Amino acid sequence: MTEEIIIAGFGGQGVLSMGKILAYSGAMQDKEVSWLPSYGPEMRGGTSNVTVIISDERISSPRINQFDTAIILNQQSLDKFEKTVKPGGLLVYDPNGITEPPTRKDINIYSIAATEEAAKIGNTKLFNMIVLGGFLKIKPIVNSEFIQKGLEKSLPPRHHNLIPANLEAIETGKKILNPINVL
Amino acid sequence: MAKELKLMKGNEAIAESAIRHGVDGYFGYPITPQSEVLEHLALENPIKTTGMVVLQAESETASINMVYAGASCGKKVMTSSSSPGISLMQEGLSYMAGAELPAVVVNVVRGGPGLGTIQPSQADYFQSTKGGGHGDYRLITLAPASVQEMYDFVGLAFELAFKYRNPALILSDGMIGQVMEKVVIDDYQPRWTDEYIAEHFPWATVGKPATRKHNFITSLELDSAVQEQNNIRIQKKYKECEEKEVRYEMINCEDADYLFVAYGSSARICQKSIELARAEGIKVGLFRPITLWPFPSKQLKEAAKNVKGILSVEMNAGQMIEDVKLATECRVKTEHYGRNGGMIPDPNEILEALKKQIM
Repeated sequence: MTEEIIIAGFGGQGVLSMGKILAYSGAMQDKEVSWLPSYGPEMRGGTSNVTVIISDERISSPRINQFDTAIILNQQSLDKFEKTVKPGGLLVYDPNGITEPPTRKDINIYSIAATEEAAKIGNTKLFNMIVLGGFLKIKPIVNSEFIQKGLEKSLPPRHHNLIPANLEAIETGKKILNPINVL
Repeated sequence: MAKELKLMKGNEAIAESAIRHGVDGYFGYPITPQSEVLEHLALENPIKTTGMVVLQAESETASINMVYAGASCGKKVMTSSSSPGISLMQEGLSYMAGAELPAVVVNVVRGGPGLGTIQPSQADYFQSTKGGGHGDYRLITLAPASVQEMYDFVGLAFELAFKYRNPALILSDGMIGQVMEKVVIDDYQPRWTDEYIAEHFPWATVGKPATRKHNFITSLELDSAVQEQNNIRIQKKYKECEEKEVRYEMINCEDADYLFVAYGSSARICQKSIELARAEGIKVGLFRPITLWPFPSKQLKEAAKNVKGILSVEMNAGQMIEDVKLATECRVKTEHYGRNGGMIPDPNEILEALKKQIM
């Protein structure tokens, strides 16, 4: 199993930390992982992205240009990365602020209204965990127990009290997925 | 204590490794994309645990001169920076090579020339391997291609630096510095005691006992006849280093019709290109120099014997290709493929370049 993922959105949306939690969870489950962030001017405002690879084998290049999954959180990222999903791959996006939805017919597409849901819960910071839940529902590449361990590893101990809320947000994400194009 | 597994950025691995390898001092100045080295050291605050000094100097020039001073005392000292900062250090590096001082310098390369960009590049190959400052000298240059190697090479670089009394350089880039991967880390090694240093490094300025003459550390020698002898001694050392310290890796080379020669990040990307190529039935392998100086010339010449062509893949305009051609004596068709200014090649475009330029 090798899953090559791009997560892209605005800086501050939790793109990098979502990737980090996924990578840590994979590592906890004894998988090979790599996490390569964009660290250019984009991290100083604007778009931000991270490439996460989780594999049973040694990872060749942390840098790739075609992905099994794209998790997309804004229009600019959708414009840039929709075309990079491998045929038969997966695109998950939050419809908030999307004016031109994805159009490809050769990939699986799901939307997840995570911004809206996070606002309902009353904690917008949980937004990225809701999206992560949606992705894990479609591709359960890491087991739930390891997600918890991943959270423990990637969050500083002073934030460990937030882990239950994060896990709950992941469960919420699994419930609110909306299939757009399913092969 | 058993070895521990962590998930770390390449830059953090450098810092963690320094603490765990009993380094005495780090002197540096922040610059993207290597600021996490200083950040991680500041966070860990090792003065409280191992006694390692971490200091943010006022500039890169100051950093390298602090390194010169620490190394003169036989201490394990290091600095890190990225390309423009490393340029500022060239004078200090030349002086250290001249004064025969061991130290470790890490360059997390970004695109140049000038202030350039903050994205990954390999355009500092010439500067690193051919002697970036003045005079006849070399830096022992190690090129890590993973976070694990970033960690491991700190220890190796110190070992080589002290063995040959010469600065050693870890030549990384923005990608290997920023990527997070699994790392196996060792237990803490204690720092050397003053007694250990006095016993093992008789050249170090540790305080003169009555039993010997004073030690004198300098790169200045106005008597040319003496300075020629100094040069001869240094070159003899380099010769020995070339014979004993070459390191490289070969991947999928057994049946290869073609070779990628690449180091660091490019070598990682080429491994993906090999997966894509082999899926199409193209037999290509990777020759990865780990020591860029001394360059694995003999080994590459041998590896290239039965191949139809070589593509030197570098994130620059064609620098290592010169060493590749020297190694193979131009007996094999050799072309360069690269991207510049902080652009990273995709695995597919490298495969396309192989088809177009070599096949």
